[in-house]
Amino acid sequence: MRIKAFSVIAGAAAVLALAFPGDALALNDHTPEWDKVWMHLLIDVGVIGAIFLVVSIYFLLAYTRKSEDEVGKLKQMSFGNSLAWALIPAFIFMADDFYLAAQGWKLWNDQRRVPEGAYEIQVTGRMWGWDFAYPNGVISSSDVEYDDSGKVTGIDGDGLVVAQGKPVVLRMSSTDVVHSFFIPDFRIKEDLMPGRITYLWFNPKDAGKHVYTCTEYCGIDHSRMYGNVTILPQAEFDAWLASQDEG
Amino acid sequence: MKEWIFTTDHKRVGILYLIGTLAAFAVAGIMALAIRLELWNVGPGILSGPNQYNVALYFHGAAMILGFLIPGLTGFLANYLIPMMIGAHDVSFPRINALSVWLYWFGIVLALLTFVIPNPPDIMWTGYVPYASQYSGGNSAFYVFTVHLIGFSSILGSVNFLCTIIYMRAPGMGWNQLNFFVWTIAGAFVIQLIFVPVLAAAVTLLLLDKYFGTAFFVPDSGGDVLLYQNLFWFYSHPAVYVILLPAVGALMEIITTMSRNQVFNYKVAVYGGVWGVVLLGSDVWVHHLYTSGLADWLRIGMMVTTLIISVPVGLLTISLVGSLYKGSIQYSTGMLYASSCLFLILLGGLTGIPLAMTSLTLHLAETYFVMAHFHFIMGITATFALFGAIYHWFPKMTGKMYNETLGKISFTLNFIGVNVTFLPLFGIGVEGMPRRYYDYAMFPQFQGAQQIATVGSFIIAVAMALTFVNWIHAAIAGAPAGKNPWGSASLEWTHADSPPGPGNFPTPPTVSEDWTPYNYEKA
Repeated sequence: MRIKAFSVIAGAAAVLALAFPGDALALNDHTPEWDKVWMHLLIDVGVIGAIFLVVSIYFLLAYTRKSEDEVGKLKQMSFGNSLAWALIPAFIFMADDFYLAAQGWKLWNDQRRVPEGAYEIQVTGRMWGWDFAYPNGVISSSDVEYDDSGKVTGIDGDGLVVAQGKPVVLRMSSTDVVHSFFIPDFRIKEDLMPGRITYLWFNPKDAGKHVYTCTEYCGIDHSRMYGNVTILPQAEFDAWLASQDEG
Repeated sequence: MKEWIFTTDHKRVGILYLIGTLAAFAVAGIMALAIRLELWNVGPGILSGPNQYNVALYFHGAAMILGFLIPGLTGFLANYLIPMMIGAHDVSFPRINALSVWLYWFGIVLALLTFVIPNPPDIMWTGYVPYASQYSGGNSAFYVFTVHLIGFSSILGSVNFLCTIIYMRAPGMGWNQLNFFVWTIAGAFVIQLIFVPVLAAAVTLLLLDKYFGTAFFVPDSGGDVLLYQNLFWFYSHPAVYVILLPAVGALMEIITTMSRNQVFNYKVAVYGGVWGVVLLGSDVWVHHLYTSGLADWLRIGMMVTTLIISVPVGLLTISLVGSLYKGSIQYSTGMLYASSCLFLILLGGLTGIPLAMTSLTLHLAETYFVMAHFHFIMGITATFALFGAIYHWFPKMTGKMYNETLGKISFTLNFIGVNVTFLPLFGIGVEGMPRRYYDYAMFPQFQGAQQIATVGSFIIAVAMALTFVNWIHAAIAGAPAGKNPWGSASLEWTHADSPPGPGNFPTPPTVSEDWTPYNYEKA
């Protein structure tokens, strides 16, 4: 009975989630939505894991050998039982899979649908630094500097600077090997490679600084290919861009 | 010595595989310790620099997967057990079997040359282009030829074992009377036979690009970078099941024997679980390319197929747990390893579910979360299954008994060690710590978790050292074990001596219609 109720709820949730794709969210930051799906998922797999674990531990403790000549008492199952033990779990797993798939798809639409009028910045990855080209032709870079012992001393260049409250789309490519552009605080990443243009978008809601870093192995300085996304209020951003132009 | 090198006996071939795999495991394990030590502090550590670190990472990954896990389960375990489980005197093609182990050994030697040659490969076990083909200063050819040798060895093994399972079963043995392990090996070798050639093709094209000036992966000349990634994962995702299926098979044998029970829902586990994994496992490789810029619809499609893998894997897990029900469980060291896998497979399997979801993976890809996930499911579960199997069949292989107390102490340390090492890495992975980093200057807040993991890795090292001491000591000076110390109903225990002589069985076994390897009520 409980199994039936669960699958009905899961099935209904899947249908509901499919019926309302995330249009309303399209202009928001992905981070809260990602965190919400992540929490749902943790609860979901936590429940499945706990059930399996409790049953396993109970069996392991309850069925220890009592005498030397004791044998296990598991009986050959009837055809009906056998089929039920295949179809019911399969149905539950499938229902859960589709429920999760629906949640994932909804967030995916939000992550991949670039809002109209997004501010476009062209990103180029190279061994081992980043170039960000702005619509007016300004190029801002970031290169990590380190001393002879290999200790990082600082970052040369401003890296990615964006205006607060205005969606940004990154059109990305690479001049050499495969890199990957990752902003952990925004929960987004996508690879850059020669010969293809990939994209990411995000909405910088609050002013502040966030790390971006390379997440596709690219040789010796793979771990030193990072910088900061700086989110400035519009006026400060305009001033920054103008100062770059002059320089 | 000569009769070992030129042997065609499947048991000796199996032992040769075992020695090679444990050697690969030991060296790759030492690399892991070096990696963990390097990560103790933010900034440069004990290694000479990022290049040495990258070579250690390359060797650790390539040797653990290609040199230890796959040959350990499909080379050593399959060789030693399959003919005896089906009541055969040897494999179908004993000389081809010998050739397989030779090719494997040459592969291992070639891999070990990493530490001798100038400019060793630093291209990770994935060998992504165009880094591996155009930009790396390392000798990618050593990687390519290692894959060729071990891959060729696997293909020969596939043909050999599929023929053996189909044609060499004892008179009277029907398909539904096979040991579960035999089914998982059949599934694993079907995967190898179909997909290894694709990997061989991918790395060969890499070789041609690097040394002969072709442009399969050079976009400027009409090539495509993603072609390599698709080909590579078209094999390398199914390869995960080449490791997982025999591991589950070995676990099932240990669990049923030590609880004197039959396999819970045998037919569903075989035809739904094993073959379901084989069938679905080939349609999910794009989840390794979720952030690579492939078409959005393709990523969604593979999200669904990847999630559905939970159905056959769930059926297998239910059978593993169910086989304990109303059992008569005796805790040997092998059984402790098998029991702990019921936890490890959950942890590793369920952390795979967010990674199946393309939207969550947009954040999680290439972080420590992925790394901890595949270490739990592929690295640790499979290694624990293999180590449990070595303990379990140790009396059969040597005729001698290992030290049970030392075995249980080393197991406990090992289990604590793997959890101390990898659980903190899930946490910092979700926080954004990327894989394959020599330095993490941008995330100094992760230093504490890195240090806990490093401590854990040394607990594992102590456990491994104790395990090796136990095995070596027991093989030389262990007490006689007898023919069937666990009271198993499987043919290799009931009909063969310990250790089995040439031809395995004093008299070739025949089985009746109601015989199964799990029939403990009759035994």
